[in-house]
Amino acid sequence: MDDLLCEFLTETNESLDTVDNQLVRFEQDPNNAKILDNIFRLVHTIKGTCGFLGLPRLEALAHAAETLMGKFRDGMAVTGEAVTLILSTIDRIKDILGQLEASGTEPEGADADLIDALHRMAERDPSGPASDIPEATPECEIAGTLTYQILERPLRPGEVSLDDLERAFRETEVESIAPASQSAPAAPAASKLVATAAPKKGEDMPEGDRVANQSIRVNVDTLEHLMTMVSELVLTRNQLLEISRRHEDTEFKVPLQRLSNVTAELQEGVMKTRMQPIGNAWQKLPRIVRDLSSELGKQIELEMHGADTELDRQVLDLVKDPLTHMVRNSADHGLETPAERIRAGKPEQGTIRLSAYHEGGHIIICIADNGRGLDTERIKAKAIQNGLATEAEIEKMTDAQIHKFIFAPGFSTAAAVTSVSGRGVGMDVVRTNIDQIGGTIDIKSVTGEGSSVIIKIPLTLAIVSALIVEAAGDRFAIPQLSVVELVRARANSEHRIERIRDTPVLRLRNKLLPLMHLKRLLKIDDGADSDPENGFIVVTQVGNQTFGIVVDGVFHTEEIVVKPMSTMLRHIGMFSGNTILGDGAVIMIIDPNGIAHALGASVVTQQEIADENAARAGGAEQTSLLVFRAGSDQPKAVPLALVTRLEEIAVAKIEISDGRHMVQYREQLMPLVRMDGVSIGTDGTQPVLVFADDGRAAGLVVDEIIDIVEERLNIEVASSRSGILGSAIIKGRATDVIDIGHFLPMAFSDWFRRKEMRAAATARSVLLVDDSAFFRNMLAPVLKAAGYQVRLATNAQEGLVALRSGQEFDAILTDIEMPDMNGFEFAETVRSDDRLSGTPIIALSSMISPAAIERGRQAGFHDYVAKFDRPGLIAALKEQTAEIGRAA
Amino acid sequence: MTTVNQANESALTEYVTATIGGQLFGLPISRVQDVFKPERLTRVPLASNDIAGVLNLRGRIVTAIDMRARLKLPKGEADRRPMAVGVELRGESYGLLIDSIGEVMKLPDEGREVNPANLDRRTAELSAGVYRLDGQLMVVLDVDRVLEIAPDKLAA
Repeated sequence: MDDLLCEFLTETNESLDTVDNQLVRFEQDPNNAKILDNIFRLVHTIKGTCGFLGLPRLEALAHAAETLMGKFRDGMAVTGEAVTLILSTIDRIKDILGQLEASGTEPEGADADLIDALHRMAERDPSGPASDIPEATPECEIAGTLTYQILERPLRPGEVSLDDLERAFRETEVESIAPASQSAPAAPAASKLVATAAPKKGEDMPEGDRVANQSIRVNVDTLEHLMTMVSELVLTRNQLLEISRRHEDTEFKVPLQRLSNVTAELQEGVMKTRMQPIGNAWQKLPRIVRDLSSELGKQIELEMHGADTELDRQVLDLVKDPLTHMVRNSADHGLETPAERIRAGKPEQGTIRLSAYHEGGHIIICIADNGRGLDTERIKAKAIQNGLATEAEIEKMTDAQIHKFIFAPGFSTAAAVTSVSGRGVGMDVVRTNIDQIGGTIDIKSVTGEGSSVIIKIPLTLAIVSALIVEAAGDRFAIPQLSVVELVRARANSEHRIERIRDTPVLRLRNKLLPLMHLKRLLKIDDGADSDPENGFIVVTQVGNQTFGIVVDGVFHTEEIVVKPMSTMLRHIGMFSGNTILGDGAVIMIIDPNGIAHALGASVVTQQEIADENAARAGGAEQTSLLVFRAGSDQPKAVPLALVTRLEEIAVAKIEISDGRHMVQYREQLMPLVRMDGVSIGTDGTQPVLVFADDGRAAGLVVDEIIDIVEERLNIEVASSRSGILGSAIIKGRATDVIDIGHFLPMAFSDWFRRKEMRAAATARSVLLVDDSAFFRNMLAPVLKAAGYQVRLATNAQEGLVALRSGQEFDAILTDIEMPDMNGFEFAETVRSDDRLSGTPIIALSSMISPAAIERGRQAGFHDYVAKFDRPGLIAALKEQTAEIGRAA
Repeated sequence: MTTVNQANESALTEYVTATIGGQLFGLPISRVQDVFKPERLTRVPLASNDIAGVLNLRGRIVTAIDMRARLKLPKGEADRRPMAVGVELRGESYGLLIDSIGEVMKLPDEGREVNPANLDRRTAELSAGVYRLDGQLMVVLDVDRVLEIAPDKLAA
């Protein structure tokens, strides 16, 4: 096959993918002339090129499609039918291209059916000139460029002339014609021949085709080789740096530094050539989903988040097919028909959500749908039938374990397509693909609410920056990406390691961080001088979980070349790979996800929950809870963020004054409140939860502190008992969540009121919008105690109803993460309503980041307060309502 | 074993010999990449006991298999540094730690016998047959089976 043809095939395949995508977009947005122009030009270029290369079938097809699209440009209504027709024309073109690629010649065959249909469709247009359809004449089929030129109809406005076309064609030999798909690997065979070098940012360049895209095509092998050499160079550089570290002042220092910088830049450059946005692998999906939705008679919306997340092209190639497969599965098996959805009380349109992001040195790809979820019973039956497990074994399994069967080899058979209504077709193949690149795959499903598949791909093919630490005499690398900060803990200093039962924790800026000793985790504890209160703590964040890894020493950061673990060692979840250090030693790379997993609250679960939350737009967020025992055997819990300190107070120091228990604490007399049934012993110590606010402290006496857990707090049974908000399942046990608002006034009757009373001389009213029952229950008493009248709304819609009901509110407090309409949207809606725009809105959120605050400001929030920051909340309320008072 | 190959006298296999715990073993030379002194072995926490660690061999990361542990033999003397035979499986490099390396022997295929019934069971598991040499038995190591280390055999 000659080079010209090869180039043509690659480029045309890319262009066609773009056309596919753009058409789907165009169908949804028929008035977007820019998209139409793009499509038109792409098809036009294909047509011209085909004419030039002497490929009559292709040319005729492209021409007919172009004619119809020309009608669109002239104002013909864009119907789904017409788009389908063009899409099937494009499929035919692809088909011919495929054969062309295999045989080198255009296959025999007639396309009269499609061409006729296209023409009929074009003729139906009432506005266009009826004579405008001579294109598919037989001459066309033997047309070279010249004949074509003669037959060309007069140019329409905006259409390119033949000269332009030829110029475009000449340009395409060195430039990419399809901006949006430029770096997308073409059809598999073609991609072996060539691949584009330049990664592409920004998916849709508005009018990109002619804008010079300075790119060349480079053979993948060349890039691979370059990458290998750079890896070697990095290692050699590291060795040199290591040597120079040992010899303090050598004349090599300066040139070495220069070499180091150049190497770093080179490495970055080469890495860039290999990185591609994951959006490239998603490109075909809108088309697939569109086809499926019309085929299956379902309304499907495809959401894509994080399309610009970059990953190594090798990895990208390998995940492409699994992703397509899973989206298909979601559309086919996951989502219900509109009728079923309505019956289930869901919106008619189903959603498939694709998201990708970096996390803890991994790339996480999530495919979620809000369909019916996996059919656990069917999977059970199938698993038993396939002999994967016995009935007895299955009875003991959790749903999540059962769902994992769909990844079992051979689980999906042809029969499964019809008999298993959940997913399962080819999931084992998907898993094999993911396994190949050292990734993991997991599924989470809630019956009736949807399911999500989470793929985690380690950065095995990359160079990452890592912190080198020591534990029990061995060195380990922790990916810098997940390291938040380093803390040196010392006894008697501000940062010291405390213990809650057997769990070491670090109090850092008023937050309790759970700690893990690396050497204990890795079971390499040498028992040597491990000072329980001292150590280096690597504060690590994975997803929304933060924890500390205690190590014996911290060396430096180093750029490491991540090498995958040997297959024999890949099952060890604590490591994501290994690397060779500058001094030639091999060390393990710690997988922060693995550590988080070991911490009990698995990150995967959190991730799943987070996804699930987003997918089903409901539920509650993770809360750190302190679990303790007081009065009865049933565990009790309180949000950790409300607790200021945990103390063991010697019973001997507890005094009784005025019938109340008191203790001298930090040079103040601190009242102690006992929960019902808690008795203060006669000797030893008594655990006390200390709550401090505005310079005063009160202690809640309990029997025993059990644990700190991260859980999604779901108060299932509200309680009528005073002091108990309700019951929740925490770590598998029914746990009473206590109401601090009940106990603290027992210590100081004016606990919540004292200073707020003045501001609240005239009762002001507040609307509190929060989907979480827990927070409503927690905040409402606080607000009431501060003298506000509180009206509660469980979601933004309800909030709007309340606001428009005529009741006047002095301020609105709203949660951010809420289903259907989030706090930002809510605020924007309120702002845009003339009658309501004057009411101050305060955002309550568990996520306080500068970006979120900025986003909040844009949405029109007056203030942004952390959920547990009670004094902050009252202060903000006071300030906002006071301003209103002045203004009024 | 059989006499099929008798006509073809060139059916010889070369073996790299090694001793592990006093027993002579032979590895088909076609499977052996190199022989090296393992240096700077890094232990891998949480790995199976059979895995001695990983090391850097000319820029490649090699997983070292403790053959004594693999054969359930007692640990060697701590002061003697073992040797390693480099082998490959599915593109990954492994180093089999042995006590000492011997000569290369060219042996006729038909001289290979099935495992004698009294061969130690754990040795027999990794054996692809034996040769009776002058005064001693050489066990042919089945490299593939040596590298089949079940991931669930976690160290305690």
